[in-house]
Amino acid sequence: MTVLKDIPEKWFPVVLPLQRKKQKGLNGDKKKRAEEERRVRANDREYNEKFQYASNCIMTSKYNIITFLPVNLFEQFQEVANTYFLFLLILQLIPQISSLSWFTTIVPLALVLSITAVKDATDDYFRHKSDNQVNNRQSQVLIHGSLQNEKWMNVRVGDIIKLENNQFVAADLLLLSSSEPHGLCYIETAELDGETNMKVRQSVSVTSELGDQNNLASFDGEVVCEPPNNKLDRFCGTLYWQDKKYTLTNQNMLLRGCVLRNTEACYGLVIFAGPDTKLMQNSGRTKFKRTSIDRLMNTLVLWIFGFLVCMGVILAVGNAVWEREVGSLFQSYLPWDPPVDNFLFSAFLSFWSYVIILNTVVPISLYVSVEVIRLGHSYFINWDQQMFCSQCNTAAEARTTTLNEELGQVEYIFSDKTGTLTQNIMSFNKCSINGQTYGEVTDPLAPQPKRLDFTPFNPLADPDFCFYDDTLLESVKVGDSHTHQFFRLLSLCHTVMSEEKSEGELVYKAQSPDEGALVTAARNFGFVFRSRTPGTITTTEMGRPVTYSLLAILDFNNIRKRMSVIVRNPEGRIRLYCKGADTVLLERLHPCNQELMNITSDHLNEYAADGLRTLALAYRDLSEDEWESWSESHRCADKATNCREDRLAAAYEEIEQDMMLLGATAIEDKLQEGVPETIAVLSLANIKIWVLTGDKQETAVNIGYSCKMLTDDMTEVFNITGHTVQSVRQELRRARERMIELPRTRVGVKDEGMEGCGEACFMGNGFRGQEEGHGTGGGGEKQLQCPLPPAPPPPALPPPPPTNLLENISGEFALVINGHSLAHALEADMEMEFLSTACACKAVICCRVTPLQKAQVVELIKKHKKAVTLAIGDGANDVSMIKSAHIGVGISGQEGIQAVLASDYSFAQFRFLQRLLLVHGRWSYLRMCRFLCYFFYKNFAFTMVHFWFGFFCGFSAQTVYDQYFITLYNIVYTSLPVLAMGIFDQDVPDLRSLEYPKLYEPGQLNLLFNKREFFICITQGIYTSVVLFFVPCAILSDATQSNGVPLADYQTFAVTTATALVIVVSVQIALDTGFWTVINHVFVWGSLGSYFTIMLALHSQTLFRIFPNQFHFVGSAQSTLLQPVVWLTIALATAICIVPVLAFRFLKVDLKPQLSDTVRYTQLVHQKKRKPVGRSMGDAWNGVGSVSESRLGARGGSRRSGYAFAHQEGFGELITSGKNMRLSSLALATFASRHSSSWIDTLRRKKHTHAHTPPSASGECSPAPSYVSGSVAPLSNSSSVLGGSQDTPIEEETGTAPAQNMQTVLTSSTQTPPALAPTSEASAPQASGQALNAGILTPTAVRLDGGDSPGGWTITLETVQEALFGWKARATASSSPGPPSVAKETSQNE
Amino acid sequence: MMASSYNAKDEDGHITVTGPGGGTLRSKKPENTAFKQQRLPAWQPILTAGTVLPAFFIIGLIFIPIGIGLYVTSNNIKEFEVDYTGVDMSSPCFNCSQNFSWNSTTPCTCTIPFFLEQPYESNVFMYYGLSNFYQNHRRYVKSRDDSQLNGDMTSLKEPSKECEPYAYHDNKPIAPCGAIANSMFNDTLELFYNDPNGTKVQIPLTNIGIAWWTDKHVKFKNPGAGEANQNLTAVFQGTTKPLNWRRPVYELDAAANNNGFINEDFIVWMRTAALPTFRKLYRIIKSPSNGMMPTMPRGNYTLEVVYNYPVRSFEGRKRMILSTISWMGGKNPFLGIAYITVGSVCFFLGVVLLIIHHKCGNRNNSADISN
Repeated sequence: MTVLKDIPEKWFPVVLPLQRKKQKGLNGDKKKRAEEERRVRANDREYNEKFQYASNCIMTSKYNIITFLPVNLFEQFQEVANTYFLFLLILQLIPQISSLSWFTTIVPLALVLSITAVKDATDDYFRHKSDNQVNNRQSQVLIHGSLQNEKWMNVRVGDIIKLENNQFVAADLLLLSSSEPHGLCYIETAELDGETNMKVRQSVSVTSELGDQNNLASFDGEVVCEPPNNKLDRFCGTLYWQDKKYTLTNQNMLLRGCVLRNTEACYGLVIFAGPDTKLMQNSGRTKFKRTSIDRLMNTLVLWIFGFLVCMGVILAVGNAVWEREVGSLFQSYLPWDPPVDNFLFSAFLSFWSYVIILNTVVPISLYVSVEVIRLGHSYFINWDQQMFCSQCNTAAEARTTTLNEELGQVEYIFSDKTGTLTQNIMSFNKCSINGQTYGEVTDPLAPQPKRLDFTPFNPLADPDFCFYDDTLLESVKVGDSHTHQFFRLLSLCHTVMSEEKSEGELVYKAQSPDEGALVTAARNFGFVFRSRTPGTITTTEMGRPVTYSLLAILDFNNIRKRMSVIVRNPEGRIRLYCKGADTVLLERLHPCNQELMNITSDHLNEYAADGLRTLALAYRDLSEDEWESWSESHRCADKATNCREDRLAAAYEEIEQDMMLLGATAIEDKLQEGVPETIAVLSLANIKIWVLTGDKQETAVNIGYSCKMLTDDMTEVFNITGHTVQSVRQELRRARERMIELPRTRVGVKDEGMEGCGEACFMGNGFRGQEEGHGTGGGGEKQLQCPLPPAPPPPALPPPPPTNLLENISGEFALVINGHSLAHALEADMEMEFLSTACACKAVICCRVTPLQKAQVVELIKKHKKAVTLAIGDGANDVSMIKSAHIGVGISGQEGIQAVLASDYSFAQFRFLQRLLLVHGRWSYLRMCRFLCYFFYKNFAFTMVHFWFGFFCGFSAQTVYDQYFITLYNIVYTSLPVLAMGIFDQDVPDLRSLEYPKLYEPGQLNLLFNKREFFICITQGIYTSVVLFFVPCAILSDATQSNGVPLADYQTFAVTTATALVIVVSVQIALDTGFWTVINHVFVWGSLGSYFTIMLALHSQTLFRIFPNQFHFVGSAQSTLLQPVVWLTIALATAICIVPVLAFRFLKVDLKPQLSDTVRYTQLVHQKKRKPVGRSMGDAWNGVGSVSESRLGARGGSRRSGYAFAHQEGFGELITSGKNMRLSSLALATFASRHSSSWIDTLRRKKHTHAHTPPSASGECSPAPSYVSGSVAPLSNSSSVLGGSQDTPIEEETGTAPAQNMQTVLTSSTQTPPALAPTSEASAPQASGQALNAGILTPTAVRLDGGDSPGGWTITLETVQEALFGWKARATASSSPGPPSVAKETSQNE
Repeated sequence: MMASSYNAKDEDGHITVTGPGGGTLRSKKPENTAFKQQRLPAWQPILTAGTVLPAFFIIGLIFIPIGIGLYVTSNNIKEFEVDYTGVDMSSPCFNCSQNFSWNSTTPCTCTIPFFLEQPYESNVFMYYGLSNFYQNHRRYVKSRDDSQLNGDMTSLKEPSKECEPYAYHDNKPIAPCGAIANSMFNDTLELFYNDPNGTKVQIPLTNIGIAWWTDKHVKFKNPGAGEANQNLTAVFQGTTKPLNWRRPVYELDAAANNNGFINEDFIVWMRTAALPTFRKLYRIIKSPSNGMMPTMPRGNYTLEVVYNYPVRSFEGRKRMILSTISWMGGKNPFLGIAYITVGSVCFFLGVVLLIIHHKCGNRNNSADISN
């Protein structure tokens, strides 16, 4: 099935125009395409028919029974190859030219055509089936005031149809009315744009009042709108009804492909039907992807054509000369054929004759065989159990069968973050309550702690919730007031909606998964949020139901980075609960929290170091008066017409002061299983991974660290955050300069060290490492790879500063660039600069990018690097990227199927990518290359014999072989062994190729099949043909049978040569085959057997007696093969052909073994020693797993607040208004999506308001240089298992580099005098006099504490910018001794 | 750009996933078979010094003795060749070769004396050899009608088009048709032994057994071969002889089993040669039944040629060859030499590779081998 799926894509461009043509035909001369606006009148079919809009019948199939044969044949003959063979066939019908019987061409051609035809027919059959199914769906159409069931295909534009819950929308509808209040209805658009959350649609208010069908039946409004287009998110039109105009937008539309959810029923007016719907308009138009091997193959085939023509010309010239010198004299025995009257004409004919017999150098079976092999590989991908995800019951799927070998050549991976690298699941991991930290014990030696079981304690607990620290539960049980307060806050302060399907079965609908995790945590610890109304929140606290009245929600937004609720508890006390980013919240605490804040800050740092997202929690008791006065001012602000937002913010700010700290939470943004390991393995395979995400920079960097893309032993991480062309350019330049400078300044020791071990490491390449536990090869090897990147980028128009220097940089760099900067960087004049900088980096993270930018980045690499790109993603926003990359991979099962539909491969988890690339891709590439090499070889060996024979037969285009042999050689005698090799061959087992990612490199460098390899094959083929012709020629010319009959007759010669050929190519395939399965044996021996069987049969008397004129070779096989001389000849020819190849290959393996040879060899030795082979791998993976488990605590990092990331504002209002209460969960999604696009505005606003610098967490100014030990790379942990054999340079590097890094970043990003840099460690005292220092330096201190995490740079940069923009006033504060006072002063400022 | 392959299955699939009825959920886990998981047991040969080098030596060791054997055998075969084209003025056949016409009624005869240095034992095979004669030319090779030669009556009367322009003559079908038959070699060669005592003894030549068995018994049949008392003359009634022939096909030989299409000289000619220089078996000189005397003792011989076949127009040559034969056929020094050469090269290569392997081969490998 998988195979079939890509077909509609390919054919859609054909199909749609066809349909249009048909309709055009029906419509007479009215031009449909020119439709400028669409007028639709409800309930008026006659009126609408005037316009002859498309009906709702869709047709994606291409053929019907009658048209199949002609249309399919027509299509097939559009392929150049097929036409070529047809042309040859026609040539063969001319007797003067025909050097071969007609069947030698028609049999293979027919075979190829029929295979393709069968495939097309099956595809089309399934399309018919699905078309019928869709077209015959029932829908209820309002006709003459009553609802009637109609098939979908009979629905017309202008009809009013009724939809019920969970039904598919049959066409693009204008929503008229629904069963829900306000004419709302809810749809799921997963089919359309891949977003699984529900969206709300609302009808125009006048129509929503129409209500029931009687009124609707008399509705006669007219809609004037835009013509059909493919913009899913836009619709503009006008409804004219009762002399009034109503504007229609996308909010009023229900598009085909959506599903109606949570709405009992609704009525809609059909605006676009069938092929005009947005769904169908969006179908297809995919570029047909070709692999580089495809393109190479096409080039080579063209070359071969050229070669063929050359040979034809040479032989034709030979023919002319011969006919003139010899042939004309020989005419008494052999007169010229009637139309031939001179040697020139004869030569002309001879040219075509030779084109016919030499055509086998371009074998017709090539393309079919390639397809078959790819199909086989695709099935292997589909069948792979190790790419099956049992949780989601999804197997990997090769949706395109034509790209497999390209998987073995990938050099750049562009990955989405959410849902691809991460699971998009947040889990409540740790918390700090009143200075006490709870959560996982990170002692790796301790046995795995038991997961807490909440059910006995709390029947309402969520069984999926995991927590491992029972002290927290104890604390709750003993009634610790802080703990209770803490969880009470979590249960109250949020915008989650709950749904209680049955008693105790709570489902939370949270707009951000962070929030969901927190509320669920509170639920499990006994503070269960049950339900809410606009004015109340009902919870169950320790089994006791409590109802709070909700006084206000001070909602979240990106500037505030916090949210609060004000509630009145049953006792009447008013309290404000606030949770928010620590940076924001800690500033607003009551001074008496000083001590607790210090402790909590320490905890927060620990959490951040573990890569967790943190939130701080606080509360404030409010007196009735305070509340009253504030609520008054709040109301004022709320009602304000201008600057409402600002005034509201000010009002919120006013009350969120002097809060009491409760604690902090830490949430883990769960990576998908195996992501760090996969990334480590892939980068060892020299694949560059770029993360392109719409997320915020902090999140992206955070994830970059946790999945080991960014590591602490990286030399430097560059942040490009400029907002103007100039600044971006400058930042890029500076990054490049740094890259070139840094290694130079570090000089000497390291470089030599590198070079020294370079040779050894590269040769041994992990092979030795196996015994040595693989050393810490990762770092060193990657450095070694730097000097040999594939192709240097083509020279840029405005020559960017030394590109070639960049090729030689050592050291690992990473680049983080955000959306605005990327927009500038992608402009034509800067893209080369961006490219050269980015490609010199080991990891690139682009955050805040739009789907279009994702595609642009991919296109950029495609354009300038001759590298294969792969894009992987799961959401609709990745579709453009997936489509523009060479290979698109969709993660199935997370966010709808949009990405999957657009992708070439799909599977459920990111980690399968390593198997897809390193195992399947590598094998596919290897197999395809070996296949092609051998295929060209065997055809040259076969065909070129004719060329040599030409010199001995008067250039008369006489064939050497029997014509049956020529017919069957490619399709029977030699096809199956090479197919078996192409499908089953393995050089090293799958586990090994995962173990030694370096094995992947030949594919990237395109070493196994390129023009050079092609020439080698060709040369070998020609050599073989020389041997095959001249050896029998020399021997047989004098030889006789043992009864004296000479062996030099044509037929004996033909049989001898053919037999020698078949044997030689069989021996050759035996040499080429590295993996002899039963199937290979059967095919190789079977082919040889079939050759002899078929030959003996064809030369048998029986057949001759029936068709004496067709089987000239009667008896030849028998009498020839009985001659010892013949066998001696064959043996000799085989030896001469094979011995040099054998010697050459042996020398290659012996002197310059490829890694795969070595691995193979090791394997063999191990097998011989009967060592258990499986051990290393299984253990290795376990090892990796455990490394990742214990990863927490291995690295320091900056604090990353969880709150700011996934949250969207605007929700509190909705809740308090109560508008959405009935459909709470749906509304959530609605508003989430409505606000999702506004981040740019938010950012802009942020820029102006200059939010808040992070509080200078001076508590962490602990002695800095812990990073040396702290940073002995997480990556090296994992890579040590994965292969590579060095050990040396890492320590050294980590020792020296970070110290310089600090300097670097500070100088480059702030442009403050470098003199400042060295002082950074002692920031607080030093900074006293300096205006900027507080902002700049304190975050640096934070970073230093945690070990050197480049994540810290992010903050640094932002802070710096903010500081530069306008925090001078505050700067004086930095002279005060500690952060609390800073915070305090800050708040006073505000 | 979206929903590229819209079809009902996708929609339905989606419903079953999101909808409540998950009962039909069937595990899609692929089968765990060795084939599908690509874990078929397999033999994985590797080119190692341990396998390749012995292979070279073995090939060498096999080929060299075979080559020597072949060479010796070939050297023991006696062969004598005489060119009787008559290119030289001195040649006895010069005159015949000069005044040639297809239509001359009087045969031109020339006599060539020669001397055999060694006695020829056992059966001696007599060949005629032609040079520069393109029997392998495409138009020549196809210019025959195997149905006709197989005795098909229809084809006899209506020769295949392939025979053009030798299919019809004077509106009569030519039997046998085609260029091959038309150009049949028609010199007559006779051998005489000049006894030391002066008498000239004609050596008996057998013309039976010179063609392939399958050709004689399967491929070639006279028309109406099945019928009793067939009269070839009657059968070929209505056909005409090939243009260059002096006699019709049914008069090729007196013996009934060697006449018509199954005449062995004809069959031998019809088996076209692969190369422009070729020889064909002409006659066999059977060894005397007592076996004591050599078949052809050392001495003077005379070859009498009835010179019918013109070759000088296209610079062809005609030869007569006498040869004895061994188990492996006639004299063929090339085969032996080739085997010796290839064998030696293999052996030599083996040695060279061994040296290379020891000097600069991958240490790892050798270390592992020793383990």
